[in-house]
Amino acid sequence: MYLYITILALALYAIGMTLAFVYVASPKPHYLKWIGKILLIGFIFHTFTFLLRYYQAGRFPITNLHESLTFFAWGLTLFLLILHYKYKGISVLFSFATPIVVLFLLLSLSVPTGLFPLAPILKSIWLPIHVILAFLGDAIFALTFCISIMYLIQEHRIKKKKIGKMTSLLPSLTLLDQLNYRLLTIGFPLLTLGIITGSIWAEYAWGSYWSWDPKETWSLITWLVYAALLHQRLTVGWRGKKAAWVAIIGFGLILFTFLGVNLLLSGLHSYGRWS
Amino acid sequence: MRDLITVVGLNHKTAPVEVREKLSFQESQLSDSFSLLKQLQGVKESAILSTCNRVEVYTVFKSDTSNTEDILTFLSEFHQVPVETFKDCIYALSDAHAIRHIFRVASSLDSMVVGEPQILGQFKDAYGLATQNKATGLILNRLFHKAFSVAKRVRTETRIANSAVSISFAAVELAKKIFDDLSACRVLLIGAGEMCELAAKHFINAGIYEIYITNRTFNRAIALAEDFGGQAVPFTDYAALFEKVDIILTSTGATEPIVTADVVAAAMKKRKNRPMFFIDIAVPRDVEEKVNDLANVYLYDIDDLKEVVTANQQEREKEARKAEAIIDEEVAQFLHWLDNLEVVPTIKQLRDHAEAIRQAELQKTLGKLKNLSEKDKQAIERLTQAIVNKLLHGPSVMLKQTEQNGAGSAVVETIRKMFNLD
Repeated sequence: MYLYITILALALYAIGMTLAFVYVASPKPHYLKWIGKILLIGFIFHTFTFLLRYYQAGRFPITNLHESLTFFAWGLTLFLLILHYKYKGISVLFSFATPIVVLFLLLSLSVPTGLFPLAPILKSIWLPIHVILAFLGDAIFALTFCISIMYLIQEHRIKKKKIGKMTSLLPSLTLLDQLNYRLLTIGFPLLTLGIITGSIWAEYAWGSYWSWDPKETWSLITWLVYAALLHQRLTVGWRGKKAAWVAIIGFGLILFTFLGVNLLLSGLHSYGRWS
Repeated sequence: MRDLITVVGLNHKTAPVEVREKLSFQESQLSDSFSLLKQLQGVKESAILSTCNRVEVYTVFKSDTSNTEDILTFLSEFHQVPVETFKDCIYALSDAHAIRHIFRVASSLDSMVVGEPQILGQFKDAYGLATQNKATGLILNRLFHKAFSVAKRVRTETRIANSAVSISFAAVELAKKIFDDLSACRVLLIGAGEMCELAAKHFINAGIYEIYITNRTFNRAIALAEDFGGQAVPFTDYAALFEKVDIILTSTGATEPIVTADVVAAAMKKRKNRPMFFIDIAVPRDVEEKVNDLANVYLYDIDDLKEVVTANQQEREKEARKAEAIIDEEVAQFLHWLDNLEVVPTIKQLRDHAEAIRQAELQKTLGKLKNLSEKDKQAIERLTQAIVNKLLHGPSVMLKQTEQNGAGSAVVETIRKMFNLD
């Protein structure tokens, strides 16, 4: 049941993604409305899977790799839909972000999806708080990644004077840059709180706030990159291309912290392993 | 023969501005113009469109009386300009060609900047003024309303309005892709010149926040500032404005670049890298090419803009073909309506319609009354024929009379509606 509904949500996201690609080839404004509706229905089903999981497992439903991947995809869709309904002219973002949603949901289904008993060490009120904050922050940064790519394409086009269909399809540089900044001011506190609550929880579980395990180290590096970006934006007015590149690097670090560390390095966060 | 719709006029393609100026109509002159037009032989309806790019007189002539020479004479006498001075710039179209032309004008396909939205407003105003003066009638009313809906179709079904065509339009569109909201943007105009002023006007129309004007001749700057509702700035001081202006239009006669990369780089620091957009219309150029290499600074010179325009041009031609197809379709529909306004086919249709009803009812009744003799049946048949003929006599006579005195269309239209012939 749980898997079927997840697959149903995935199928709806995939339809939304296909339509988002069609939109790039032949931009008709009403497509965006349809994509929004289809993703919203997918999102409702997706939300339901967490409730179902919670009911089935009798515990907080985001504890292993499968669950974190699907939660990340959920968070990304949530913010994508919020942007779609809140900002005019940004919805071509669908074409850039839906592939990530679909990819992560697919990935979540390719790792073991069963209900594993939770290691006693992980049982704490700080677990849901830490996980939700961290992954919502990650989802926000996934969007800044997409918006940065859109910015770089648009910037390149305007700078090199290659004005065409793509230029008219993509939003203006200022809108993209402002949105990136706004998302950074939401994502950064989430990431910060995610790390703080994580370390409080670590104190409960392992008796130490910080033990330099690879996940912690890489999180800190990621945090430093975003902190630097925020600082530079606020003080010397870093913006545009530079800021977009840093946001892309930042998301690369998030991906590595989230997946690469699990895959390549071992440490305390080993419950997030691939198998 | 049906009534003839004609267009007599000239536009930016056929006539230089000096000629267009002379023939243009002020709003206050229109009432007199319409009464003069009405006095021309055979003119039933008229309307005048007069913008800075075109002057067109639309008329409906009684069938067989159309004489566009009269309209030329009217233009010449009204404006007191000899016919010879503008005769070669004139186009005179009638019937399907005229209808197509009117639809194209309203849809902005005939504009200098194809797809620009102002013409439809001007077209609506022209119609409003003509109706105020009671110059239009059945046919022009219908034609104008149709033209509005055709323009709307072209706007919604093609992307003709989306693609920038003129250079200044292209510059505004580009600015929108950089700044998003032009209502927060400040513009600086350095130097003067027709092209530069046109671009400035486009930016003002796009709703920019503020415009500054500077010129070596300060008086010129003051005059332009008054025109544009902006602020004049002494030529020695303009560089200080770089900190706060976002869009800079330059077109001075300087032989060396007057805006250097160093100056812009310094300004960018103060601006905290808020983007700047330079539009350099001058030849030789006013802005150093290196300026485009600075982060968040975009420099387009006249050649770059021309290239943007040609890229759009191809896109636009594709869309224009779509628009022409829509117009073809609408012209055919309108001609169909016009044909149906004719008297003879209407009388025939009216008779056919009545005959069909008579036959149907007769069959029904005769089917029920089985025990009638053949003679009785013939009597009933004659009875129904007589009723139909007597009833239709009035409308038919009226139609025929109006055909002779030339005021047929309105009557035809009414009768067609009454009997539901369309």
